[in-house]
Amino acid sequence: MQKLGDFKLPPFFNYPPYFTLQPVRDIREKQVQLWKELILEFCRFQKIFVIGLEEEFPLFSNPAIERSLNHEAREAFLSALVSEGRAEWLDKGHRKCLILWHRIQEWAEIILNFVKDNGLEDSVMTVEEIRTGTESRGTELQDIDRTILVRALKILEQKGKLALFKGSSADDEGVKFSI
Amino acid sequence: MAGNCLPPAEVTSSGRPVLLPDEIECYLFSSVDLECEELPNFPHLKTGLLSLTTHRLIWLPDSTAGDSASPSAIPLASITHIFSTKKSIRAMFASPRIRFQLSVSPDGRVLVSGSGSRSVVVTLVMRGKGDFDAFLAKFWESWRGRAWESSESVGSRAGSGSGTVSAAASGSGSVGLYSNEGVVRMVGVSGILRKEQEMWESTDKSLQDAFQDLNALMSKAKEMVMLAEKMRQKLLSGTNSQNGATNDEEMGSKQEIQDWLLSVGIVSPVTKESAGALYHQQLSRQLADFIKIPLERAGGVINLIDIYCLFNRARGTELISPDDLLQACSLWEKFDVPVMLRKFDSGVMVIQNKSHSDEEVFARIKTLAMKPDALRTGISASDAAMTLGIAPAMAKEHLLTAETKGLLCRDVSPDGFRFFINLFFELDLNDVYLVKDYGIYATWIKAVSASK
Repeated sequence: MQKLGDFKLPPFFNYPPYFTLQPVRDIREKQVQLWKELILEFCRFQKIFVIGLEEEFPLFSNPAIERSLNHEAREAFLSALVSEGRAEWLDKGHRKCLILWHRIQEWAEIILNFVKDNGLEDSVMTVEEIRTGTESRGTELQDIDRTILVRALKILEQKGKLALFKGSSADDEGVKFSI
Repeated sequence: MAGNCLPPAEVTSSGRPVLLPDEIECYLFSSVDLECEELPNFPHLKTGLLSLTTHRLIWLPDSTAGDSASPSAIPLASITHIFSTKKSIRAMFASPRIRFQLSVSPDGRVLVSGSGSRSVVVTLVMRGKGDFDAFLAKFWESWRGRAWESSESVGSRAGSGSGTVSAAASGSGSVGLYSNEGVVRMVGVSGILRKEQEMWESTDKSLQDAFQDLNALMSKAKEMVMLAEKMRQKLLSGTNSQNGATNDEEMGSKQEIQDWLLSVGIVSPVTKESAGALYHQQLSRQLADFIKIPLERAGGVINLIDIYCLFNRARGTELISPDDLLQACSLWEKFDVPVMLRKFDSGVMVIQNKSHSDEEVFARIKTLAMKPDALRTGISASDAAMTLGIAPAMAKEHLLTAETKGLLCRDVSPDGFRFFINLFFELDLNDVYLVKDYGIYATWIKAVSASK
């Protein structure tokens, strides 16, 4: 079984046509589905939140068969994820893509559970503490992408579960939970 | 119904008349009746296609009408007189007619040799929309031209071993080195060599004359084809006489010359002049005949552009335009010919045998793609070309078609443009790690891991 780091790769990862954008419609559909799955699983496993199209992304190349996805193919597969709501473009030029292997709504749920599990219902934390604090160690929230975290918090704010405010030091935002 | 009055005319599978050596087609006229009131056994030949050649009047049944009459021919040699047409008021409203006197055997049959002791009158009723006056003029011209006589005398000249001119009633016995006419008699080895020399000199002169003037070339066309045939014979005998010792270069140039000779083969091209409104129909049939050999050599599929070049080269002059070629090909649908025009998705147009089966080609491609090497590295257009026995460009078209059918997938890389057997439809979206132990996917995995 081939691996990328600790990630288990499926056997068809060694199939050269997998790395060429297929023109025939039915074949293309299947290919796109397979790549969408693979990208989400890989990012979830490696906790990758952003993919840069012009950068080296290990999943997009297979040195064993000397093939890699060209720019057109990468953009096609990521656009498919965007259409499904599992990703977002961070810039107009489609150079960076935010990967939502959990949707924002799911992250909001995860934060709620995190707060309940740790008895933080009425407390105050900084955004950074949620990401890197001791409570989040070993949970999914550990090292979560800041942009995603803030978006999830904003959703909860709209539901009245918390309030966001600017902290005393100029650099960080604070959260007051009222769950 | 059809008596044995007229000699039958041979036709090809596309319905074109098979011409005698040296015979050239001069005019085509549609919807012609051939009648003879004096002979009770004369067959019913109504509304057929009449082909006037330098040697015969060939009557062909109208295939689309399902006529069961058989193709017949009247040798021009058996025509003893052509009657002048009367211009009367009655003639203005009826179809024009040509009457001529035909020489037949005592029991009323027209002989191939054209001789006979009895005379009958035959009428041609020209119902078709062609130019009657032009046809009549050509008829007189061909009949007066007596082309069949010169081919007979050429035959007898070539047959005689000596260099003397054979006069028909010559009773001269030649004695000694010089014959009565004063021409040097050819004897012994020096005679043979001298004869060769003279033949080549006259050949050289013949070539020079021909190339100076294009009109002269057209009249020399017949001689040119004969020359080409002789050269071909010489080539064949020349190689055999070397006790089987041939080197590659010689074989190559011999093949080249043979190909060239083959391409000069058409003596009697169908032209707009000789066929008028029937031009495209007859062109279409002639094309179907011509195409058989190149098509077979190309493995059953040939590019339309290649046929355009080959066909025009064979015609020599009276070249056809690309548009004419397209029209001629599209007319094939109306006739029962064994070839068809086909357009691929990419826009490339080819001619292929009707018996050509896409399914069969795909089966062969699949077999090729499932070989262990192909499973590991895929197949290229040249690989497919070798397996299918066709040109690489044609093979690529078939591979692309197989791709659209979901049989193959493409792999584009710095290594080139290759195709693999399609695995995508075997992969399970719900479990990407699943490999069933049967099917193409399993075979592929075995082949790929075997090389490691």
